[in-house]
Parts: sequence; C-alpha cells; structure tokens
Amino acid sequence: MVSRKLNELHPGEEGTILSFSNQGDVGLKRHLLGMGFVKGSKIKVEKVAPLGDPIKLQLKGYSICLRKDEAKNIEVES
Amino acid sequence: MDNIIVGLAGNPNVGKTTLFNQLTGLHQHVGNWPGKTVEKAEGHLNYNDARIDVIDLPGNYALSAHTMEEIVSRDFIVDENSDVIVNIIDATNLERNLYLTVQMMELGANMVIALNMNKLARKKDIYVDVEKMSDLLGVPVVEIEAIDDTGSEKLLKTVEEASKHPIKSNKKLVYGNELKEHLAELQELIKQDKNLLDVPAIWTAIKLLENDKIVTEKVQNSNNSNKILNETERLKKHLQDVFGESSEEVIANGRYSFIDGLLAESVKKPEVEKTSFSEKVDRIVTNRILGLPIFLVVMYLIFEITFTVGAPFQDLLDEGFGLLGEAVASFFGEGWFTSLIVDGIIGGVGGVLVFLPIIILMFLMISILEDTGYLARAAFVMDKVMHKLVGLHGKAFIPMILGFGCGVPGIMATRTMEHERDRLLTMMILPFMSCSARAPVYALFVAAFFTAYEGPIVFSLYILGIVVAILVAAVLKKTMFKGLSTPFVMELPSYKLPSLKGVILHTWEKVRHFIRKAGTIILLTSIIIWILSSVPMGVEYGSQESVTGQIGTAIAPIFEPIGFGEWQPAVALIFGVVAKEVVVSTFGSLFGLDEDNEDGIAGAVSKLFTPLTAYSFMVFVLLYVPCFAAIGTVKQETNSWKWPAVMFAVTTITAYIVSFIVYQGGMLLGFA
Repeated sequence: MVSRKLNELHPGEEGTILSFSNQGDVGLKRHLLGMGFVKGSKIKVEKVAPLGDPIKLQLKGYSICLRKDEAKNIEVES
Repeated sequence: MDNIIVGLAGNPNVGKTTLFNQLTGLHQHVGNWPGKTVEKAEGHLNYNDARIDVIDLPGNYALSAHTMEEIVSRDFIVDENSDVIVNIIDATNLERNLYLTVQMMELGANMVIALNMNKLARKKDIYVDVEKMSDLLGVPVVEIEAIDDTGSEKLLKTVEEASKHPIKSNKKLVYGNELKEHLAELQELIKQDKNLLDVPAIWTAIKLLENDKIVTEKVQNSNNSNKILNETERLKKHLQDVFGESSEEVIANGRYSFIDGLLAESVKKPEVEKTSFSEKVDRIVTNRILGLPIFLVVMYLIFEITFTVGAPFQDLLDEGFGLLGEAVASFFGEGWFTSLIVDGIIGGVGGVLVFLPIIILMFLMISILEDTGYLARAAFVMDKVMHKLVGLHGKAFIPMILGFGCGVPGIMATRTMEHERDRLLTMMILPFMSCSARAPVYALFVAAFFTAYEGPIVFSLYILGIVVAILVAAVLKKTMFKGLSTPFVMELPSYKLPSLKGVILHTWEKVRHFIRKAGTIILLTSIIIWILSSVPMGVEYGSQESVTGQIGTAIAPIFEPIGFGEWQPAVALIFGVVAKEVVVSTFGSLFGLDEDNEDGIAGAVSKLFTPLTAYSFMVFVLLYVPCFAAIGTVKQETNSWKWPAVMFAVTTITAYIVSFIVYQGGMLLGFA
C-alpha cells in the first residue's frame, strides 16, 4: 500500500481515495465531493487524453474527466 | 379542474429532457428564469381531471450554491409553490444520482422518483428491488423508460396521488450517529428562530456545516444568528477533531454512506462490472493515436454538412427573395416605396431567413453529437489545446470551428458549455474567426492588389483572426473575466442513440427563437439603415448626400491613421454591419457599377487604395463589429443588451488597434 497523488496513477491503475487537500479551488472541491470524490471511494484511471491531459477516471460506476492539475490535490492509496 | 405543478429534477445525462419531451410533446415553451440566463423549459399535459404543468429544472449534481443552475433548482424547490418534484435517476448509475435525491430529501421535498434506464441496467446485470428501495427511502419509486412511454401512466398516477397526499421525504434520512446527534443540537437552535422556519431546520443546519454562502448570509441577518453561528463553528471544529476532515467532507461522506447502505439492501450488481459498450467505443475514439484524427474528421463533417449542404438552400432563399423583389419592383415601378419594400423589408426578411438552413443543420449536428455522448469526448480530446491557448474549456472548440462558417450558429452552439462565464468569453472572441461572409471582401481586394499572392494573403487573414482571438481572450481574462477559472470536471456519459423526437423538438424550438428574437433585431436594423440611406427625400440610395453617406463622410477622418480616410470605405463599413458581404456591393453602387461587375469594382477600388491600405482595410473588416445577425443572436442568447454592447466595443477597438499597427508598421517598413 503506497499513497500517491491521483495524477501520478497510470492508465489502468486503481486506488482508494485517502484525502482531498484544501490547496486548490474550494468551490471545485465541494463540487467534486458531490460527484463522489469522498474518502474511501474506489477510483481508477482509465485513460489519458491524446495530448497528455486531461485524464479519464472511473468511480462510483461512471466516468468523469479531470485535468491533472485538478487531480493532484487528491491523495490515493493503491 | 385541478392544477398540479411538477418540477423535473435530476443529474445531467439521465434522460430528464427526454422524459420532459415525452410528457409534454409540443405543449412546451422555452424561456429564461426571471433575471437569469439559465434556460427554463415549461410544458403541460392533461391527466384524468387534472392539468399538470411540468417545469424542467436545470440538470444538477448537487444543490449547493456552486452554479447558477443549482441555485435556480433549489430556489424552485424551496420557494415556488410546486406541488410535486419528480426526480429522475439512472438505474445504471445509482450511487451518484442518489446524491442529489438525498439533498432534496434534506429539503423535505414532496417527491416521486422516476427510475430510468432499467432495460440497460438489466443488460449490465444490475437488479433493483424497487419496492425495497422505495420503502428504505420513504419515497415512491416508479420504473420508467423515458425513451418510450413505459411506466409513464404509473408515474402520472403516483404524481397525482402525491399532490393530494404529500410525502414527507426527510423522515427516513439518517446520517450516522455522531453526525445525527450534533445536527440535532444545531437544529434545536435553528428551530427557535422564526425567520428560519420556511425550510426544514435540518437543511439549514447541514448547509451551515457545508459553508454555504447563501444560507450563512440568511442566518447572519436573523435574530438568533450569534448563537447559531457560534454553535456551527464549535461543531465544525469538533467534527474536524473526531473525523480528521472538514465538516463539508464529513457531510458528503454521510450522504454517501446513507446511499451505500440503501444500495446494499436494494440493489444486486456483479462484483466486477462487464466492460461496457461505451468503454469499448472510447478505447477507439479517445485513443492516443486515433483520437485526434477521428475528432478532426468529425469536425470536418459537421462543418461540411452545415455549410455545404446548407449553401444551396441559402442560395435558393436568396434567389427567391431576389425574384420577389424584382416582381414587386416591376409591379410598383421605381420610387421610394418600391425601395422600402424591396431593399428594406424584403431584403431584411431575406436577411433573417437566409440563416435558417445553416441553423437547422447545425442544431441537428450538435444535437446528435450531444445526445450520443461524443461531444463530451471531443471536449476531452481538445481540452489541452483550448486550455493552453485561450484558457477555455475543451467544449469551446466546436463553436469556434463553426465560427469559420458563420458566427450565428457558432454563438448558438456555445449553449453546450455549462458555465455561463465560459459561454460569454467564447461568444466575445468568436467574431474573430473569419466567417464565410468576409470571403467576398477578401476576394475583391486580393484580385485588385495581390494577384500574385492571393492564397497566402487570404490565409494570413485567417491566421491573424485566430491570433487576435487568443490575445483578446488573454486580455479579457485579466480584466472583465478576472478570476475566471474553468475547471474541467465533466462527466463522460454512456453512448446512446439520440431520440429523433428530442432532436427535432430542440431544433424547432431554437429556430423559432432565432426568428422571433434575433430576426426582429435584424429586420429592424435593416429598415433603419434603409431609412438613413434614403433620406433626405430624393437622394440616390446610399449616396454621399444620403444620411448614411453624410455619417460616413463625417467619420471618415477617424480612419485616416489606419490608412483609408475617404468617405467611400467608411460608408462601405457602415453597410458591412448589416452583413459583411454587403461591403462589396456597396463599393459597386458607390461607383455606379452593377454588383455583378466584379472586374469593374476591383478596378474602381484599386484607385482608392494602395496594397498596404487594402490589407489594413481587410484586417479591419476581419476584426470589426460582426453583423447585426451576430449581435442579435448574442442579445437573444444572453438575454441582455450588455453583451452585444461589449462585443461591439471589443471588436471595434481591437480592429482599430490591429489595423493601426498594420498600417503604421507597414509605412515604417517602407510599404505603401
């Protein structure tokens, strides 16, 4: 079990959300909490866009995309 | 007859609009929420003895104060005298869908749940025990398929029942023991304050812990504010100590735990989900190597179909109105009355209708892209480019591409963006994409001055437009749009077949709007320009003696520093605001030449300009005020005169500055 930032996961890797730092946009964090980015949620990096950013994630049974810059505030255990 | 008001709520991409169309059919009306730029769709239907009014609320993931759409939705549930809220949820994506449901339960909404996409769920081996779920939630759950009318009878019946015997939806909602106890303490304090009793105390308590701005302000203005806010602060600290995370996170966790518990008892699903059809398609469509080429092909097709298929219809309309004008002219003979009818009214109406083919085609294309789910993938693929260059969302790319054909459908296509500020910024820089109406102006000038370099000169203008758009976006983001951050949080919905009914209804609604709103503005301005060009009585239409000619003459010196200070270009630019291609025919009529006599016009123009001033003039035409049709469309889309005015100012100032640099710089470098 190692803890990493969400943007450091490679496509196909899976993890569990550990924490969500308050470093970035607070409004965005609130929005993401509602979208299921809560502690304990399983999350998988599905794909990276052809140009290297953003990334496509899977959690709570649906797909969502985030920019790497936004994903770096989320700590994941994998 | 009873009247039942129903609000339709749910996440985006769950079939909410499909259900709305299914229920209300053609009996619908699209407007705006009072004082907001958020779209409001209303419709009605008759059921048994009741008239049911349905209001399609914006698609939301939550009820925080995050976006205008969320505020509109929760105000509707709290304030308006709605009778029943129908919450549509996607059976294949229950966890996240129920997050909104739970928040509406906190509000104690009189609610009925419409469980959609059951067939698809069963295909994925997801089985929902509807009775159990309904029992655990304390809210009726009805299985439907929004795409056909499966379950709609039962849904309406349940709604009617709920309107007579309201459901108290928050009675079965529980958030873990620790949180429950603390919330109860806070609730007690809130309940002592009469001003705060218009909503359930639990809602206010939760929103305080979520640092909700609007609710906190409301409490601050209340009698008991000190006590309540002190207790809130104490609780926040306490929760932080106990759970090791902020109160906002504790609440989000609480909601998801409630949902997890509910789903564990009422839903059976496979341990490992099967690779879905959408995932397989995405492997190709967003592939590292194939992603970009596929995107470019799709864009090319949209552009080609919109403009190439649209062109013959546009020509047909154009010719039709031309023939009509001639017929009228031969019937009434020459004179100002004929001119009013032909140049003013027929010309104006024709100027509106000529846009219809491309608007219809564009909406068909975009609706299909949006409904199938590809639009979100296109934004995923292009986001890096748009974000790096103009600081915009990936979705801004499509309106920009359409802008090369015509700004009007481009402006309308900005609707696919969720955030209002993104939408506005995109509209403001869209006119810098060189639309097809500017091409005749370039053709005229390159034929007169740059015969050896036609291609590169025209190409340089297209590139200049893009560069200017990038620079202006950067300036606007530092000034008017200061603090605009556009996070790229976007759901990638499953691929679906678009519903024909939905696509057609959507397109029809937009076209009607365009004719009514933008059409009025285009027609009015055409008539105003006609009047100004025809008075004082007896002058030749648009000549130097007419009011337009006099205005042109008066403002001509302003253009001296950018290379063309004569009155003819100034008049041509005034007419160019009606439609850019009119610049060419204006030069023709100012020199007394037939508008089809292109060589003659080119020859006349070559006496008025030098290569340098000609280039400066083309740059000005590229960048200045887009036509009235674009201005009218911005007014229609933003529901205010502010943004058309901003667009007018931004484009004119930019055009002047860039042309100034081109002309003065060219002079310094020794060009003439």
